[in-house]
Amino acid sequence: MGLVLPLLIFLGVTFLAPLGTMLLRSVYDPVVADALPATLTALRGWDGEGLPPEAAYEAAAREIGAAREARTLGQVASRANRLQSGLRGVFTRTGRDLREVTEGPWREAMAAIDSAWVDPGTWHAVRAAGERFTARHYLNALDMQRLADGSVARQPEERRIYLPLLWRTLLVSLAITVFCLVLGYPIAHLIAHARPRRAGLLLALVLVPFWTSLLVRTTSWIVLLQTQGVINDLLVAIGLIGDDGRLSMVYNMTGTLVAMTHVLLPFMVLPLYSVMRSIPPLHMRAAASMGATPAQAFRRVYWPQTLPGVGAGSLLVFILAIGYYITPALVGGSSGQLISNMVAYHMQTSLNWGLAAALGALLLVGVLVLYLLYDRLVGVERMSLGS
Amino acid sequence: MRTDGAATASARASAYAALIAACFAGQAAAQSITAVSYGGSYQKASTEAWFEPFTAATGIRVEVEDFTGALAQIRAQVEVGNIHWDVVDLNTSDVMLACDEGLLEYIDAEMLPPGADGTPAAEDFVSGTLSDCGAGVVVWSTIYAFDASRFQGARPETVADFFDLERFPGRRGMRRVPMYNLEVALMADGVPAEEVYALLDTPEGLERAFRKLDTIKDHVVWWEAGAQPPQMLADGEVVMSTAYNGRIFNAQVLEDQPFEIVWDGQLLDINQLAIVAGTPRLEAAMRLVTFASTAEALAALGRRISYGPARASAAPLITTHLETGVEMGPHLPTHPSNMTGALWRDWAWWVDHQDELNERFSAWLAR
Amino acid sequence: MTGARVGRVGYLAFCTCVFIFLVAPIIVIVPLSFNAEPYFTFTEGMLRFDPEAWSLRWYREIVENEAWTRGLVNSLVIGVSATLLATALGTLAALGLSSPAMPARRFITGLLISPMVTPVIISAAGMFFFYTNLGLAQTHLGLILAHATLGLPFVVITVVATLSAFDRNLTRAAASLGAGPVRIFRTVQLPLIAPGVISGALFAFATSFDEVVVVLFMGGLEQRTIPRQMWAGIREQISPAILAVATFLVVFALALLLTVEWLRRRSSA
Repeated sequence: MGLVLPLLIFLGVTFLAPLGTMLLRSVYDPVVADALPATLTALRGWDGEGLPPEAAYEAAAREIGAAREARTLGQVASRANRLQSGLRGVFTRTGRDLREVTEGPWREAMAAIDSAWVDPGTWHAVRAAGERFTARHYLNALDMQRLADGSVARQPEERRIYLPLLWRTLLVSLAITVFCLVLGYPIAHLIAHARPRRAGLLLALVLVPFWTSLLVRTTSWIVLLQTQGVINDLLVAIGLIGDDGRLSMVYNMTGTLVAMTHVLLPFMVLPLYSVMRSIPPLHMRAAASMGATPAQAFRRVYWPQTLPGVGAGSLLVFILAIGYYITPALVGGSSGQLISNMVAYHMQTSLNWGLAAALGALLLVGVLVLYLLYDRLVGVERMSLGS
Repeated sequence: MRTDGAATASARASAYAALIAACFAGQAAAQSITAVSYGGSYQKASTEAWFEPFTAATGIRVEVEDFTGALAQIRAQVEVGNIHWDVVDLNTSDVMLACDEGLLEYIDAEMLPPGADGTPAAEDFVSGTLSDCGAGVVVWSTIYAFDASRFQGARPETVADFFDLERFPGRRGMRRVPMYNLEVALMADGVPAEEVYALLDTPEGLERAFRKLDTIKDHVVWWEAGAQPPQMLADGEVVMSTAYNGRIFNAQVLEDQPFEIVWDGQLLDINQLAIVAGTPRLEAAMRLVTFASTAEALAALGRRISYGPARASAAPLITTHLETGVEMGPHLPTHPSNMTGALWRDWAWWVDHQDELNERFSAWLAR
Repeated sequence: MTGARVGRVGYLAFCTCVFIFLVAPIIVIVPLSFNAEPYFTFTEGMLRFDPEAWSLRWYREIVENEAWTRGLVNSLVIGVSATLLATALGTLAALGLSSPAMPARRFITGLLISPMVTPVIISAAGMFFFYTNLGLAQTHLGLILAHATLGLPFVVITVVATLSAFDRNLTRAAASLGAGPVRIFRTVQLPLIAPGVISGALFAFATSFDEVVVVLFMGGLEQRTIPRQMWAGIREQISPAILAVATFLVVFALALLLTVEWLRRRSSA
């Protein structure tokens, strides 16, 4: 136990604590609550009907000005904007123009800057953004929203993004798992029952891609598949397609499927191979001698014995596929993106870190369930690394 | 034997420590700031025209990092309080938006040097090129270009041709942002340049722009970095692409590419240099902004890539292209022959709408 | 019998195609990296083996380009440090896990291996938040810790696998002869598990040397590694210089593979 402790502590700091921080981010956001405390207090007495009291306007005017001075207005504005599109501009404009206003009545002053301030929806959004602990990122990640009366409803059809994407990710992962199985099963069989010397050579052909940099393999597929790429050139040269009929095989779903199947195939072949190697050829010969056709012998005798390998390989490929990011990002174009790419988008582009964390948490739970299943069926300590 | 092993191990360890030390020492030895630009030929031109002369003059090293123009990374740095970019090159609406959000330091126009002819800075800068947080540098434009060798018969001439899949089949390159795409969609749909923003301000106008984009969506390859369009055209990945005019110019004169620019429907814009708020290297950053926005520095840039200067007194200094001797005038976006059907970007409108439209645009892309 | 023949030929043909699918993409970039033109396909000259059409210009370009050389130094510094850390901690833990007295072995093994199956985008996002709070973002140290974490499972797996083939009576015999645990480790266990430890280390190094997402989220300009530089190149401007780097990485992968296979053979012999 003492020997494991240093690593556990290390992982606790470098891995578990980061995951915990991410989970916390998905439900906790103090920025607005810290920047507009008096405004939020004043809003507590507001019944949500009509406009809030003058006290709320006065507090908001003062605190928006202070946030501008403290340079945190942008952060407040972007959070309000996520609840109601357009509010970022309202906040920043108000911060800029309020500098010229020195006295009340504040409701009129703020309404003069932007009419959004006399729309109750704006204040609902401010109040919601001011919650320190919130479930809205999870609602958002499930294409749901909280209505002004507090009830939860699905987003309108055209704004549902994440559930369809989650669905797409599952389907794509499943398709890739099936491709890997169909391609991997025969070659695992070939390697497992070849003479040792040849088996070593063939196994090396599987391991070369396994060890080759992922970015290199992705680059190769771009080079091969692009419109002016090697495969299209070849097809044109042998006259199968015309020069103007070149196929679009990359920067779309095709690119994602092909490249990911290539990347994940070794993870299918290796567990299959190690299971198949332990099946004595005697079994098949015995079946044949008892009059079974090769197809029957395969179905009744061989296939059932390889099921543990099929399960291990498929689960591993599926687990790796649903969290894949790099390959779809580079060869997926806009139609070949998966859920991880959306996490990256919210991390890096929209900066909606709460939503990124919520999407990440959902993905993490999915992977965790599959991982536990894998452990139950295969045992994690038997995870295969090329033997 | 064992002591031998230990000796090699410790020798290895100390060699390794020295290597690490060498890596970190590089940062401490000379002062260094990070400037952010757009990669490719514009970055090369800015490095030669601004950053290298600046280092020669002041001894301050400039690390150049590339980005694609998005504010996200600046927001992220300011939000987590870990600022590693100092000087950024942004378009005007981004400067104004980021300034309001508190992402940028204020830049006092009085601190900027006078023009080449002695005109005070505030008058030398063309109107619209100075703002609270930025010092204007270049006037540039988004246009679309095509590879002339791929069009035997009719060639694209108007902005509407970009959307005409029947006469000009093939894939198009477009930047993966709503800016320019919305404007160009309306202009291609027959809206005169001067009415574009009034129409975009209405829900129907926006809807119309997206509907127009729908008509070519399946044939679009989206780009993010300015260096991509010339590459995609050269590789034959697209038959025409929207692009920054200077990138196409450089491909024409430096790489002899048979590219042609369609100026009709060009969208003019101004880029400014700005400083990320809270940078610990504020003084050096300010020196770089002052240095790069002198008339001489702007002219040095304009003789390397076809972007017009933000200062009036720099214009006469931009004569010929340094490397090839090509006359620069006709290649600048503001040359009278290029201005028919041109549109200036409405910065204020974009400041108010860009977040909302970025979101709507990515949702539209994902559908 | 002809039916079985046809089946056999079909099966071999299918397998050949799959092997081509696996290896061809990796092989094809090697000749293309010697293209004299800035294109990603074989020019006519290359197919005629015209010496003019082949050149080393892209190799010259990467050697002369400071971004690539600096990337290499960063990749090596981060990769080697992360590997040392991961190997030391992972080997210790594997020894602990293999001891019969280990409580909750299954759970802890699962925990130690979890960084390998957790989608790297999630680890990277979490690390970005947490390491930034600690002031470790944009530092070499932060990336070293992160990469060590991602490489650890490989060390644990390979060393546990080696230890499971290892006769525990040897340690007992050494203990009965009066050797202390440190001495037992150094003189009995280490020589026997060394091949497993080295394979694990190579896996960990390969992981770090190929990692881009964490670098993307946490690294600054000073921490640009080779994969990060390739990422920028693929996304923004594919120049054949990338193919030259890729060729170098393929050769490097082959070297790693051969070393690991050689070690495996040695330890099983």
